[in-house]
Amino acid sequence: MWSYALKRLLAVAPTLLIAIALVFFLLFSAPGGPFDSERVVAPEVLANLQAKYHLDQPPWRQYLHYLNNLAHGDLGASFRYADWSVNDLVADALPVSLAIGATSLVLAVALGLILGILAALRQNSIADHFVMLLSSVGSVIPSFVIGPVLVLIFAITLRWLPSGGWNEFEPRYMILPVALLTVINVATIARVMRASLIEVLHSGFIRTARAKGLPTHIVVRRHALKPALLPVVSILGPLAISSITAALVTESVFSLPGLGKLIVNGAGNRDYTLILGLVVLITLIVVLLNLLIDLIYAAIDPRIRY
Amino acid sequence: MNAPRSPWRDARARFARNRAARWSLWTLLAIVLACVVGPGLLPHAFDSTDWNAMRAAPSWANGHWWGTDESGRDLLVRCLMGGRISLLVGVLASLSSVALGLAWGATAGFIGGTTDQLMMRVVDVLYAIPYLLIAILMVTVLGREFYLVVLAITAFSWMDMARLVRGQTLSLRRMEFIEAAHAIGVTTPQIILTHIVPNLLGVVVVYTTITVPAVILTESVLSFLGLGIQEPMTSWGVLIQDGAQMMEVAPWLLLFPAALLSLTLYCFNFLGDGLRDALDPKDR
Repeated sequence: MWSYALKRLLAVAPTLLIAIALVFFLLFSAPGGPFDSERVVAPEVLANLQAKYHLDQPPWRQYLHYLNNLAHGDLGASFRYADWSVNDLVADALPVSLAIGATSLVLAVALGLILGILAALRQNSIADHFVMLLSSVGSVIPSFVIGPVLVLIFAITLRWLPSGGWNEFEPRYMILPVALLTVINVATIARVMRASLIEVLHSGFIRTARAKGLPTHIVVRRHALKPALLPVVSILGPLAISSITAALVTESVFSLPGLGKLIVNGAGNRDYTLILGLVVLITLIVVLLNLLIDLIYAAIDPRIRY
Repeated sequence: MNAPRSPWRDARARFARNRAARWSLWTLLAIVLACVVGPGLLPHAFDSTDWNAMRAAPSWANGHWWGTDESGRDLLVRCLMGGRISLLVGVLASLSSVALGLAWGATAGFIGGTTDQLMMRVVDVLYAIPYLLIAILMVTVLGREFYLVVLAITAFSWMDMARLVRGQTLSLRRMEFIEAAHAIGVTTPQIILTHIVPNLLGVVVVYTTITVPAVILTESVLSFLGLGIQEPMTSWGVLIQDGAQMMEVAPWLLLFPAALLSLTLYCFNFLGDGLRDALDPKDR
């Protein structure tokens, strides 16, 4: 188990290096530099700027330079916001995204598991129909349609909640974004949990448990739940990656000052170092999250031996 | 006596029995047809302003059946033109990513060994990178031309296909009927043509129908974030973004493009399910 964890951890490094290199050299293929603008800059000023950001050196030197800074936890300076380092910008934006993301993930997992279990235990009941409806709605109506519709209903028509914006983690502003992210993920988790629990309930050892005369709730709690959870754990990784898309859309719909907003603005401004830093950061988070999920999977599934 | 049975005839019969899939296919064909010929038949151009009907609600009387946007452009024609772009991006990016994934996966599967290991490591690495960010990066850096959007989406949607095809190829290679074919002296190209390809084709066709809506969705997200297709050209994502801005005063601007996109995605889902049931012999 521990050697497996170590092996997986070592595999993270090349993945990150390749990802950074990919993004880094993609930026170099860009036509036009980051300082091309309407305003004509004097050649000396341009030379100074390029020296400041090491743009006068060959790409591979810049790459090594960037890696060196990165190893010291420095994501570099923003090309657009002169007084800000990427670290500052991220430090402001990350808590917003984390608050929204973590809250909705916990809610989605909790609600998804409960709905999935109810639907599996009482097939064709109201809970079952609700899960199926939710998952078919969730799979065809995209997040960037559900978001504006939520705003239309709860902010514009009913006037219960603000239509967007952010105020120091005030819950009023968090409800709609969290609801949107939760709705998207709940459907997937509930559907997987339902299917997997139904399959487990049909297996031989459950029949044995029932034959022993155990009541249903003990059969489910003691025997069926743990193996049924495995597929749910395994989809959490892909779900985390697809949640990045949802997070970008959510922050854009509700104008939240999070990482997604930073990325979209950075892309609009051609702020290369900012985007590079954000891609590196998010890739790191995703890779580590996947590692964690794999380790949890290995820990709870006794059939997996390393 | 029945007509001679072939796998494809069986598949077609199974598909024809699936009502949801059949209707989805017809609906999709109708949408495609409308997008292709519709803008030519309707009396409005997608980028011309009707000064008498600015932000007009849908009505039969003034000829704007789906209403107009804030610059007086006919929404129906814009939805159909946007559909051309969205569907074209969907089909082109899906076909190229399927082709890439097929070639990559089949090569890795057939050659095996170290080559296989290396090629699949590349897939693993690409898999770990949040693809939407790279797509955003590509369109920012290289520009927002139509073909660049297709390229950006293709570059990060072929890995699933590669994994799938590699797995299928590996398991097919060891199948007894392949061995049997070798034993009775069927040549290798003949085996690939008559045994391997048809067995892969089912998976490929099914997976393509799943890829198309996913790609359409990615393009819509890019356009929605203002990073995809640019004015005056339009796509469903652009139209939904415009509609979301105007939904307080003109809800139809959000409703119609959103409904059209959702209907398309819905039909692709049912079509994919129907094709899987029809083409996967294990589920019989």
